[in-house]
Amino acid sequence: MAHAYTPGLKVLGKTIIRKERILPLAGEVLVKKGDTVKAEDIVARTFLPGNVETVNVANSLGLPPEEVPKFMVKQEGDAVEEGEVIAEMKQFFGLYSSRAISPVKGSIETVSSITGQIIVREPPNPVVMDAYVDGKVVEVHGKEGVTVETTGTFIQGIFGIGGETQGEIAVVTDSSERVLADEDITEECAGKIIVGGSLVTAAALKKAIQLGVKGVIVGGFHDWDLKSFLGFDLGVAITGHENLGVTLVITEGFGDMAMAEATFNLLKAREGLQASINGATQIRAGVIRPEIIVPHTEKGKLAAGAGEEGSNLEIGTRVRAIREPFFGKLGEVTSLPVELQILESEAKVRVLGVKFDDGAEEVIPRANVEIIEAG
Amino acid sequence: MAQDYSHVKTILATDCGSTTTKAILIEKEGEEYRLKVRGEAPTTVEKPAEDVTRGVLNAVGEVEELSGRTLLKKVKVLHSGKGIKGGTDVYLSTSSAGGGLQMMVAGVVKSMTGESAQRAALGAGAIVMDVLASNDGRLGHEKIEAIRRLRPDMILLSGGIDGGTISHVVELAELIGAADPKPRFGSGYDLPVIYAGNKDARGNVKGSLEAKTDLYVVDNIRPVLERENLGPARHEIHNLFMEHVMAQAPGYSKLMEWTDEPIMPTPGAVGEIIQTIASTYGIEAIGVDIGGATTDVFSVFGGVFNRTVSANLGMSYSVSNVVAETGLPNIMRWVPFSVDERAIRDRVRNKMIRPTTIPQTLEDLIVEQAIAREALRLAFEQHKSLAVGLKGIQQQRTISDAFAQTATGGTLVNMMNLDMLVGSGGALSHAPRRAQAGLMLIDGFMPECVTFLAVDSIFMMPQLGVLSKVMPKAATQVFDRDCLVRLGSCVAPVGSGKEGSNCLHIEADFPGLGHISEDVKLGEMRLLPLPVGEKVRAKLDPARGFDLGAGKGDAREVTLEGGVVGVVLDCRGRPFQIPEDETKRVNAITGWLQNLDIYPKVF
Repeated sequence: MAHAYTPGLKVLGKTIIRKERILPLAGEVLVKKGDTVKAEDIVARTFLPGNVETVNVANSLGLPPEEVPKFMVKQEGDAVEEGEVIAEMKQFFGLYSSRAISPVKGSIETVSSITGQIIVREPPNPVVMDAYVDGKVVEVHGKEGVTVETTGTFIQGIFGIGGETQGEIAVVTDSSERVLADEDITEECAGKIIVGGSLVTAAALKKAIQLGVKGVIVGGFHDWDLKSFLGFDLGVAITGHENLGVTLVITEGFGDMAMAEATFNLLKAREGLQASINGATQIRAGVIRPEIIVPHTEKGKLAAGAGEEGSNLEIGTRVRAIREPFFGKLGEVTSLPVELQILESEAKVRVLGVKFDDGAEEVIPRANVEIIEAG
Repeated sequence: MAQDYSHVKTILATDCGSTTTKAILIEKEGEEYRLKVRGEAPTTVEKPAEDVTRGVLNAVGEVEELSGRTLLKKVKVLHSGKGIKGGTDVYLSTSSAGGGLQMMVAGVVKSMTGESAQRAALGAGAIVMDVLASNDGRLGHEKIEAIRRLRPDMILLSGGIDGGTISHVVELAELIGAADPKPRFGSGYDLPVIYAGNKDARGNVKGSLEAKTDLYVVDNIRPVLERENLGPARHEIHNLFMEHVMAQAPGYSKLMEWTDEPIMPTPGAVGEIIQTIASTYGIEAIGVDIGGATTDVFSVFGGVFNRTVSANLGMSYSVSNVVAETGLPNIMRWVPFSVDERAIRDRVRNKMIRPTTIPQTLEDLIVEQAIAREALRLAFEQHKSLAVGLKGIQQQRTISDAFAQTATGGTLVNMMNLDMLVGSGGALSHAPRRAQAGLMLIDGFMPECVTFLAVDSIFMMPQLGVLSKVMPKAATQVFDRDCLVRLGSCVAPVGSGKEGSNCLHIEADFPGLGHISEDVKLGEMRLLPLPVGEKVRAKLDPARGFDLGAGKGDAREVTLEGGVVGVVLDCRGRPFQIPEDETKRVNAITGWLQNLDIYPKVF
C-alpha cells in the first residue's frame, strides 16, 4: 500500500486558482481571453430546451389514434399559447365540438398517429454563467465557457451545503475553539460570509438565514443539526443544490471541532475582503470538496497550485488525526515504520508515529491521518 | 472466430475499480492453474492522469516485480510469442471505473416487462438508475424530466409481448425521443437506446427514436408472458458498453487494444463466476460484494441467475445512507454496549467524509461491523424482491394451491436450499478475524438449514469471472484453490419456540473433539472446530417446531464441512428475533460473540 494516507485539504495563503465556468450546453461566450472580470459578471449564456407536456388528443376527443392528425388545428412546429385549441372535432353539422387545448405556451413538437399523443414543448429556458471569482479570462472553451484565473487565498472545506455565493469575510468569534452561537450573529453580518470557531449551532444557522448572511464557515457541525437543517437525513454526500438561504462550509468534520489554527488565522487575515465560496461536496469517484476563494494582491510567496498533487508523508510532516480515538488532534510525524503493525482492533496495517501538539506520542494507522497542506 | 486458449500457461487479468486497479497473474503448474501473485495501484481515470492504462501499468508493474516475470514492454502489456522473453499468453480486464455502467430501463407494466428489463440490465452488470413504465404513476413530463436529469449511459426500452400492445410501447419511445437524452460521457455522440420489446412495434419505435438516438433493435425480452429472453438484450448491453461507454472513458481505447477479449463490467464478471461455480458443482449459491459505495448480490437458484445492485448501500461513501435507510436503532441492536446516539451519528458522518479511514479501536470496529450487517441485510432484502418468478402468468392450480392462494412472482431465493454463501469486499475480506466475516454473513443473510460459508480472499472474483468466459476450467481451479477462504458450515434450524427450550441435538465424531452428543438451546450459538478440508457426517435432530430440511422435528444426517472458522451452530431461530429487553439483548450478543470467539475482548 504505497498510498496509505488521505491527501490533505488545501489551506493556501496565496496561490493561483483557475476556475472553469462551463455551460451545461454549448451557447454563447460573452467575454474574450485577457478580459478582467468581476465575480458577478456574466461570462457565457445559453438556452436549455424547454420542458415538455403531453396531451392525449385521442382520449380527449374520443378518437382512434390514427385519426388524430385529421383533427389537428395546429401542426408540428406551430407555436401555441396556453389554453389555445390544438385539435377540434365538430359534430352534428358543427353544432357541437370537442376540443383539446394546449396546457402550456410553446410549440407542437410531435403528433403521433400511433398513440394519439401530442407533445408540446415550452420555450427554451435561458441559462447564464457568472465568473464566480474576480479575475482574468485565461482561456475560452469554444462556445461552452471560459477559465477564469485569480491569485489569492484558497481553502478547501471537508463538507458543505449550498452553492456558490460571494460576500465580505467577517470573523465573528474570538478564537478557533469557540462555538458560533446565535448571539454572535448581528445585523451587521447581513450579506457577509461569517467565520466562526469550532461549531455552528442550529439556532445560529437559523438566525444567519433570517438576517441574510450569505455564508457560514466553521470547524464542525452536528449531524443531528444537519438533519433538522435539511429537513431529511442526508444519505449520499452529494450536495450543493440546496436552496436554504445560506451556504455552509465546515472545515474539520462532524461534531464540536476547533477549526485548524492555520485556517482560522488565514481567514482572520483576510477579514474585510470579498470572498467566493461554494458548499458543493461530492464524496464519490470524482471528489468535489467545498471551497473558499479570497482573491488578493498582497505580497508573498506563491504556494503550489490548487489543483496539483499533494506532498508525501515524511518525518516532520504536519498531520491531523481523522479518526477516533484521536480525531481532530494535530501533530508531527515522528516515525514511518515499514512493517505492518497490529492495532487494538486487530487490523494489521501500515502505521506512523506521531507527536501531537499536546506532547502525547501515539502510533496510528497511516490511513487515519491527513497531511495539513498549508502554504 | 473464437481464439484457441488450450495452450495457455500464463494469464494476466486486471480489474479497474473506482479507486483501485487490481492485477493478478495466474500460471499453469502441472495440470493446474494457480494464482501466482497480485498487485494493485490507484485507478487513474480522473485528473491529473486521466488515463486508465497508467493505473494498469502500475498494478502490472507490481506483479512484474513480485513474480520476476517480464510483463511490460515500454508502456504496454507484453504478450508472449516467438523470440519474446516473458510476457503473458492472455490478458483480460474488467472495469467499474468512473461509476460503472449506469442505465435507465423502460417497460409497459412496471411489474412485468419493466421488471424483466431491470433484470436484463442488472444481469449485464449495470446500475439501474430508474425504471420507467406506462403505469408508474408519473405524468409524461415527469418521466421526460427524469430521463434528462439522470443522464444514463444507455436506455433499454422494452414492452409488450410479441403481437401485444403497440401504442403503450410507442408512447414510451415518444417520451424518450421528446427528452432528447444526452449521454453522461462525451457530447459528440447520440445516446444508445436498445429496443427489446414487441416486434410488431419496431417500425414505429424506429420512427420515434432513430433520428434522435443511436437505436439498436434486438429480440423481445418477454416474447410471451410465460418466458423471459434476456440473453440478446444483455449481449447488446455488453457490446454497447465496450463501444460507447468504455470508448469514451479516458484511456480505454488503448486498454481495449491490449486485451484479448472484450472488457467486461466488473459486476457482470462476478456474476459469470458465480454462475460457473453453481453449474460446475450443481449447487444453489449466493455471492455478495460489499463495497464502499454499492453492494451487489448475486444468486443462482434452480439454475436461474439473478443479480441486484444496491447503489447506495456501502461501507464508506454510502455509509450514511445505510444508517438513514435502516435507522440507528437497527444498527445499535448488534452492538454489545450502549453509545450516545448523537456521537454515533457524528462518527458515521466522519467516516463518510473521510472514507479511507480504518477502525483503530475495537469499539469502532464493532460499530462498523454492525453497520455492515445492516448493509448486507438491506441489500439482500432488495435482492429477494427482484429475484422473483415471472409475474402475471397463468398458473395451473391444484385444489391445495387454491387454499394456499400463492401469487405469481414469488421470490426464487429459498434459503432452505442454499448450499453456499460467498462474501467479498473490504468489510468481509479484510475483517481482522475470519469469524467476524462469518458472523456478519450469518447475521446479514440469516441462512437456514445447512449452508457453507466462504469469503473471497483478495477480491479476485471479477478477474476470474472474465476468465470463466473463455477458460472456465482454469477459472474454477483458481477460484477453488486460491480465491475461496473456506469458513465452514453453518447449521441453523428454522422455527421458533420458548426461550431457553431445546432447539437442536447434534451427534457426530469430530476430529480433535471425539464423539459429541450435545443439546443446543434456543437463542444459543456454538462453534465446533473443524479444520479446512475436513468433513464429518452428523446426525442433526431438531426439537419439535424446528425444521432442518426434513420437516419439523424430523432428524436428518448431513455432511458438515470444516473451514478456518469451523462449524457454527446457530440456534437463534428463524425468523430471527433479537431480545427487546436491553439487559437480555446485551447478554445474548455477548454470549454469541464469546462462543464464536469474535472479538479479543468482552464488553
